[in-house]
Amino acid sequence: MDTAHINPLENEAIYIFREVAAQFERPVLLFSGGKDSITLVRLAQKAFWPAKIPFPLMHIDTGHNFPETIEFRDRLVKELGLELIVRNVQDSIDQGKVKEESGRYSSRNSLQTTTLLDAIEEFKFDACIGGARRDEEKARAKERIFSVRDDFGQWDEKNQRPELFDMLNGQIELGQNVRVFPISNWTELDVWSYIEKENIEIPSIYFAHKRKVFLRDGLIWSHSDYVYQEEDEEVLERMVRFRTVGDMSCTAAVFSEAKDIASVVQEIRESTISERGARIDDKRSEAAMEKRKQQGYF
Amino acid sequence: MEVLKIATAGSVDDGKSTLIGRILYDTKSLTTDKLEAIEKTSKKNGYDYLDFSLATDGLVAEREQGITIDVAHIYFSTANKSYIIADTPGHVEYTRNMVTGASTSQAAIILIDARKGVIEQTNRHFFINNLLRIKDVVVAINKMDLVDYSEERYNEIKADFEQLMDKREYRDQKITFIPVSALKGDNVVNISERTPWYSGTTLLEHFETLDRKDIFNVGTPRFPVQYVIRPKTDAHHDFRGFAGKVYGGELSVGDEVVALPSQTRSKIKDIYFHDKKYQTAARRSSVTITLEDEINLSRGDMLVKVNDLPTIEKRFTATVSWMDSQQLTVGNKYIIQHGVNKVLAKIDKVHHKIEPDYSGVDTEVDSLGMNDIAEVSFQLNKPIYYDKFKDHRTNGSFILIDPNSNSTVGAGFIS
Repeated sequence: MDTAHINPLENEAIYIFREVAAQFERPVLLFSGGKDSITLVRLAQKAFWPAKIPFPLMHIDTGHNFPETIEFRDRLVKELGLELIVRNVQDSIDQGKVKEESGRYSSRNSLQTTTLLDAIEEFKFDACIGGARRDEEKARAKERIFSVRDDFGQWDEKNQRPELFDMLNGQIELGQNVRVFPISNWTELDVWSYIEKENIEIPSIYFAHKRKVFLRDGLIWSHSDYVYQEEDEEVLERMVRFRTVGDMSCTAAVFSEAKDIASVVQEIRESTISERGARIDDKRSEAAMEKRKQQGYF
Repeated sequence: MEVLKIATAGSVDDGKSTLIGRILYDTKSLTTDKLEAIEKTSKKNGYDYLDFSLATDGLVAEREQGITIDVAHIYFSTANKSYIIADTPGHVEYTRNMVTGASTSQAAIILIDARKGVIEQTNRHFFINNLLRIKDVVVAINKMDLVDYSEERYNEIKADFEQLMDKREYRDQKITFIPVSALKGDNVVNISERTPWYSGTTLLEHFETLDRKDIFNVGTPRFPVQYVIRPKTDAHHDFRGFAGKVYGGELSVGDEVVALPSQTRSKIKDIYFHDKKYQTAARRSSVTITLEDEINLSRGDMLVKVNDLPTIEKRFTATVSWMDSQQLTVGNKYIIQHGVNKVLAKIDKVHHKIEPDYSGVDTEVDSLGMNDIAEVSFQLNKPIYYDKFKDHRTNGSFILIDPNSNSTVGAGFIS
């Protein structure tokens, strides 16, 4: 039996993980508890087997996560024997470094960046591995696999290193760090198909479940202490699932009956098709949510 | 699953955005919001057709704002393949971006405006796609609707292009001509009734039917060691795995191999992908190899088959594509990254600059500026194990890193 059937995207991601381990002294995997970072963990496992993943995971916790995500995170780390670093946005708020937003659309999403940059400095991380994908939005379509950031964590899109063939140039100066995106070339459907094929466990909120929600701007919001809700915004109980998972305050649900991974993959596959000619729906707004999340993180 | 990466290049007016938009639309890959925006804007502008160039509107916006554009990636898929379009628009850093986009692609589209025919830019596209040895190239003769779907015009352009083909160096490159109208959707995804004289496939069909053998050159297997896996756990106490990607050919259990640079021989004991053992590691798979004998190998070393040694040398000449605003000058020192191996290099001689347009103009120079292409001789501090680029696309290429800025400043193809 040969390895010809193996997904080229998987081969590429494993190659990238190995480059990170070889080229950097202190890499870290940015773990959000979402499907993309869970996929990263599986790929990292494969890249270094039978050795353990040679770097820690780090979660920048806003304190507004879905409880299901946090439970899942802790279980995964324990099962795989991984090191997990958690840094809290609440601490950045308490230190007066960032100010909590208020009002109808308040979210801690954009506050994560400060906490992240502080953590990078604290641990002297030189490579931060993230689950961002180029298909997510226009600016990301031009992101490199090894993306060099300055002392302030900033991305200079006009001054990016060309990436030729498979060769990844990870040479940096002290103080700089590299953001690494092993699943750059995967699409949303690629990730879901991989989760299905590999039988990867993901948090339960990705599957259809009954949840207390309310509707605003055509989006389905979670009813929760962390989410600002007007008095006239009526609480409903509906079958929903989440297509992306970030903070409760910035992640909208979709109506769904998809209770297992096969139905979820089917739903994603079909939704791409049914989007054609349809009206602006949850999907679009949801994509905007995901984008916001990514901007906060990366 | 197959993944095909296609390089495209071009300027605003040759219809490239429209072509990409058309592919996305006809493969039902556009999202609702994009589609609505296209419909709305097309209507507002009074068009009786849909303006698909808006599908890549991010790039258009950038262009208007004069922001530097380099390689953008566009994704879509069909039932049997995933596609990545590496799109390199813009003029200023043209060669640099085209070379970059082409280096990771297995196929390319060269767009020709049927009204204008073969122009200087066509020559450049073709030159670079040929230099980078992209195996499958489609010449899409676009805007056929504006020349009344004329077979005569199509043949004229084809004949002009065939003259260029006589000048190409890489002769095995497969070239396919397709008459299309991206705007009207002729022969892009759906076959057109307006070109009854054309019996070939549509653009998408062409890519759909490409096989592995159509896009990859078969060479000799090279296995650069990326990372050494030593778990030192009770269960795998003596495990010493060499992790890396197999390039150019395949390696199997039992193969007699030589480790470079030590020249030590051994046999392949096991091939792992994750925790599963395989008999053979196919090309481009990221595997972990263990050997029968205990050999000291580290990152940058290479495993090759015993009767298939690469060249082991401290000097060589390469075609260099320069990508930095700081000039390359004779005597300068750079880091050469050859696969995962790094060595120090000194520029011995710049032979001559090549105009990448088949004009045949060679200029004597001793330094190179951004976007220049030239033959350059190098001297290294220690030997690398290379093949000629024409024999091995991976083991015959390298990047140049400026030791002061750490930037990737150029790419080289060993002659």
